[in-house]
Amino acid sequence: MSTPANFPGEPESSPEIAREFGLSDEEWERVLSTLQRQPSYAELGVISVMWSEHCSYKSSRIHLGRLPTTGPQVVQGPGENAGAVDIGDGFCAVFKMESHNHPSYIEPYQGAATGVGGILRDVFTMGARPIASLNSLRFGRPDHPKTPHLLKGVVAGIGGYGNCIGVPTVGGEVQFDASYDGNILVNAFTVGIAKTDDLFFGVAEGVGNPIIYVGAKTGRDGIHGATMASAEFGEETDSKLPTVQVGDPFMEKLLLEACLEIFATDCLSGVQDMGAAGLTSSSVEMADRAGNGIELDLDAIPRRTKALSPYEMLLSESQERMLMVAKEGREREVFDICAKWDLDASIVGRVTDTGRFVCKATPGYDPFDGTGKPDPVVVVDLPVDLLTNAAPKYDRPQKSRAEQATVVTMTGDAPDDLGAELLRLVGSPNIGSRSWIWRQYDHIVRDGTVIRPGEGDAAVVRVFCEDESGMREKYLAISCDCNGRHVEIDPFGGAAMAVAECTRNIVCVGGKPLGLTDCLNFGNPEMPEQMWRFAQAVDGLAAACSALGAPVVSGNVSLYNETDGKAILPTPTVAVVGQLEDPEHRLGLGFKREGDVIAHLGRPSRGVLGGSEWLVQHTGSVTGAPVGIDLEAEASLQHAVLQMAHAKLLRSAHDVSDGGFAVCLAEACIANGFGARVTLPADEDAPAHALLFSEEPSRIVVSLPPNSLGSVHEICARHGVPFEKIGTVGGDTLMIDGACDVPVEELAERHARALDSIVS
Amino acid sequence: MKVAVVQFPGSNADWDALHTLRDVVGADAWYAFHKNTSLGDADAVVIPGGFSYGDYLRAGAIAGFSPIVSSVREFASRGGPVLGICNGFQILTEMGLLPGALARNAHLRFECRDIYLRVENEGPFTDMGRGTVLKLPIAHADGRYHTTEEGLAELERHGQVAFRYCASHGGAPDGADANPNGSVSDIAGVYNREKNVLGMMPHPERASEAILGNDDGLALFQSLRRHLGLQ
Repeated sequence: MSTPANFPGEPESSPEIAREFGLSDEEWERVLSTLQRQPSYAELGVISVMWSEHCSYKSSRIHLGRLPTTGPQVVQGPGENAGAVDIGDGFCAVFKMESHNHPSYIEPYQGAATGVGGILRDVFTMGARPIASLNSLRFGRPDHPKTPHLLKGVVAGIGGYGNCIGVPTVGGEVQFDASYDGNILVNAFTVGIAKTDDLFFGVAEGVGNPIIYVGAKTGRDGIHGATMASAEFGEETDSKLPTVQVGDPFMEKLLLEACLEIFATDCLSGVQDMGAAGLTSSSVEMADRAGNGIELDLDAIPRRTKALSPYEMLLSESQERMLMVAKEGREREVFDICAKWDLDASIVGRVTDTGRFVCKATPGYDPFDGTGKPDPVVVVDLPVDLLTNAAPKYDRPQKSRAEQATVVTMTGDAPDDLGAELLRLVGSPNIGSRSWIWRQYDHIVRDGTVIRPGEGDAAVVRVFCEDESGMREKYLAISCDCNGRHVEIDPFGGAAMAVAECTRNIVCVGGKPLGLTDCLNFGNPEMPEQMWRFAQAVDGLAAACSALGAPVVSGNVSLYNETDGKAILPTPTVAVVGQLEDPEHRLGLGFKREGDVIAHLGRPSRGVLGGSEWLVQHTGSVTGAPVGIDLEAEASLQHAVLQMAHAKLLRSAHDVSDGGFAVCLAEACIANGFGARVTLPADEDAPAHALLFSEEPSRIVVSLPPNSLGSVHEICARHGVPFEKIGTVGGDTLMIDGACDVPVEELAERHARALDSIVS
Repeated sequence: MKVAVVQFPGSNADWDALHTLRDVVGADAWYAFHKNTSLGDADAVVIPGGFSYGDYLRAGAIAGFSPIVSSVREFASRGGPVLGICNGFQILTEMGLLPGALARNAHLRFECRDIYLRVENEGPFTDMGRGTVLKLPIAHADGRYHTTEEGLAELERHGQVAFRYCASHGGAPDGADANPNGSVSDIAGVYNREKNVLGMMPHPERASEAILGNDDGLALFQSLRRHLGLQ
C-alpha cells in the first residue's frame, strides 16, 4: 500500500522527526514493520501522540490492572471519560481527576484554567451535570523565586474558569516542597450527577452514523500537548509556550448547557470531548470502544486560522470542542440546539466498519479564506488497533532504592519552647489557612455547599436529583489527599496513607466512602528507581482501596515530572466521593461547645517523626523512619466513627494528619474560636515534641457532649478501636498538659497569615 | 408570587435564584431565556448572577442588548419589582436602569466570602427596617460600586442606597469586616429613583436556608412578597 499524501510544505517522515515527536528508535521501527510502509507526516503525528505516555499509558498500564475497580456501588469503572458510583434512586455520581502539570508550569493561568475545563468536559461528556470541583496543587519551596508567580497564576486560572462556568470549587489541598521547584502539580477533580440509565459513553456506534463537531473552532494552540506532557523539562522549556492551550469558560458554559440538552433528546449514540491529542484521540478512542472505524473529512473542520494542515488539525488541542456521533437522520436536532446556544456544529465524518482511522483533506484548499477547490485525498489511513491496543506497553525495569543509612529513629533536637514551635508550625505555608486560595474560588454557587472550605475534613455538597417523580436532595462528601513525603520514604505505605486519609476525611464529615479516582504523578519511568516507586505505590493504593471500601473508578497517570533529571516527590493523589445518609449526620472539624469532652480515637502516637512537616522544617530534607499504616486498624476506626456520626453522638471530628496531633487540636480550636485543655496521649515513651508533631495515621480527635461518652466508648470497644478521653473544650487557650499553653487568638492569627510570605 | 428568572448565556446563579424562589420561598418561578421577549405574567423579575456573555467587553455590557432586555425595561417602567444580583446588578447599571457602575475589585482578585451589610433605606425588597444587619455571601471580581460625587449626593437625597457593607455589629466596616471590594461609600446595593429596581452585589439567594448555615437572605424575598400584597 502506498503512503498517504503529505501536504505541501510537510517533510517526509523520518527517524529524526519521529524522535522529535517523542518516539524511540524501537518504536519507529515498530511503526515501519507494522505498516509495511513509511507513514505520512500527519500519520507520524497521529501515531506519536497516541503512543505518548499521556495517551497510551505504556509504562503504567500493566501495573494499573492491580487496582481494585469493582463493587456493588460501581456503575462505571475505569476506561470511560469518567467513573461513576450509585447514589441511590437511579442516580449516580460521575467523577474523575486529571493532571495539567506541565502546561501549568509553562503558563500557570491558562495551564490551570484549561485543566479545569478539561476535567469538566470529561464529566459532562458522560451526561452528568458538574456540581463541584476540587484541586490538588504542589509548588516548590515557599521562598523559591518562581513560587509566588506560579501560585498566584494557578489559583487565578482555576478560579477564572470555575467561577465563570458556575461550578463551585469546594475544596482541595496544597503543599510546598523543594522537589516541585521546577515541576509544579495541578490536579483537577470534578464530580457531576446523572441519571444512571441516561449515562453517555464515548462509542462510535452505528456504521454510517454522522460524526458531528460541536463547539470552538480549531486553531494552532496546544499542538503536541500530549507529547509535551510525556517528556521531562529542561532548559528549553520556555520555548514550549505554543503547546499550551487557551481556555474560554464562557464557550464551555454554552457547550455544557447545549450538550445536556442534546443528551436529553436521545439523538446521539456516542460522544467524547476533544482533550489531549484533540480530534485524533477522541475519534480513535470512540472507534476503538465500538470496534468500528472512522472516516473524517478534514476540509469540513471549523477553523479559526488560515492554512491549517492535516497534521495541525489532528493534533490541535484547542479547547471547548466535542465530537458527537448522532443517530442517522437526527442531525437536525443537534444543529437546532447548537443554534439556540450560538455554537458551531458541522458534520465532519462517518462511522465505518473498516476498523481504520481514515482522514481526507485537499492539498491547496483552505475553507477559511476560500482558496482553491475541495478535491480531497487520503492523508491518514491507519488501523485503529495500532493506535490503541497495539500501542507499545512496557514492563520497565525496577530497582528498589538503597536504604538510607540515617532512617532509624530520627527525632531531631528537642525544642525548648513547644508552644513557640506549635505557633510556628501553624503559621507555616504547609499547615496554615488556605483562605487566600479558596476565597478566590466561588465555592457556593448552585446553592449546595453545606460544609465549606476550612469547615470540615471534607466538603459536603447538596445535590439536586430530579426525575419524573420529583426532586430529591442528596448529600455528597468529597476530599482529595496525598502527602508525597510519606510516599517518598515508603512508597507502599505512603500511597496507602493517601487513600486512608482521604476516606478518613469523608468519614469525619459523616459520609460513607463510595469510590475513588487517582492522579498518579511520578518521575521518569525509564529510571528503575522511579518505576519501582510507581509500582510500589500502585500496590499500596490497591491494598488500601480494598481494605477501606473505595474501588478505583477512574484516574490518570502523569509521568516524567522531572526537571533537569530531578524528580518530584512521588505523588499519587487520590480523591474520594462519599455520601451522607442524612444531612444531620454532618460534622465539622471545629469544637462547638464549652464543656464538651475531647477524645482521641485510634492508637496513640509512638513518636515517629519520619516525613513530618516538623522534621522537614528542622532537617531541611524529607527523611526519617516510615510511620507505617495498619489498614485493618484504619478500617475499624473509620467504621466506628461513621457509626458515631449516624447515631449523632459527636459534635466534631478532625483527623490527625499534616503537622500531627498538636496541629489537629489547634485547628479544631481555631475553627470556631474555642480553647481546650488536654493531655497528650502516648503509646510509647517518646519525647513530647515527637508525640506532638508525628504524622502517624489512623487517629481522629472528636468532641462530644458528656452524655455521649458511654455510647462512644462502647462503639470503640465493639470495633476494637483504642479510646482515650483526653480533655474538655473551654477557655481561651490550647493547653496540652506538660507541653504548651497557647492563646487561641494567637494561633488563629498565625494560621490566617500562613501564605502571606508568598502572596503579599 | 410569580417570578421570572432571566437566563442569559453565561448566567450561572440562575439555578440558585430559581431554587430559592420556588423551593424555599414557595413562589411560582420560571426561567425567561434571553432570546425570548416574554416574561410571562410575572409579578417580579430576578436577573441572576453569573458571567453573561463571558463578561467579555465589560461585566454585564453585552447582556444589555439581548432581546429579553426590552421586556425587562418595559416591566420596570410599569413599576414592576426587579432584583439584579451580582452580574444582574452589573447588567442593570449597563442597561441604565440603575445609576453608577461596577468596576474591578480594588484588590483585583475574585472574592467569595460572607460579609455583613446594613439596610440603609426601605423599599420593596427591604422592608425589614433601616439599620437591620444581614450576613450574606459575596462572590465577584467586579463589585466595586462607583459613581460621581454628584451621583452619590443624588443617591442619598432620594434614599436610593439600599445596603452598605458594615461590621457584624452594624458599625463601619473595619478589619476582618472591611469593605470587600473598595466600593465608594461602602455601597453594596442601590435602588432606582422609583425604588422598584434593586441591584446588589451580595447573594441573598445563596443564604436563604438553614442547611446552608445562613438564612438571612430570606428577608428580601419575604419583603417582596409583602410588597406584592401576598402574605
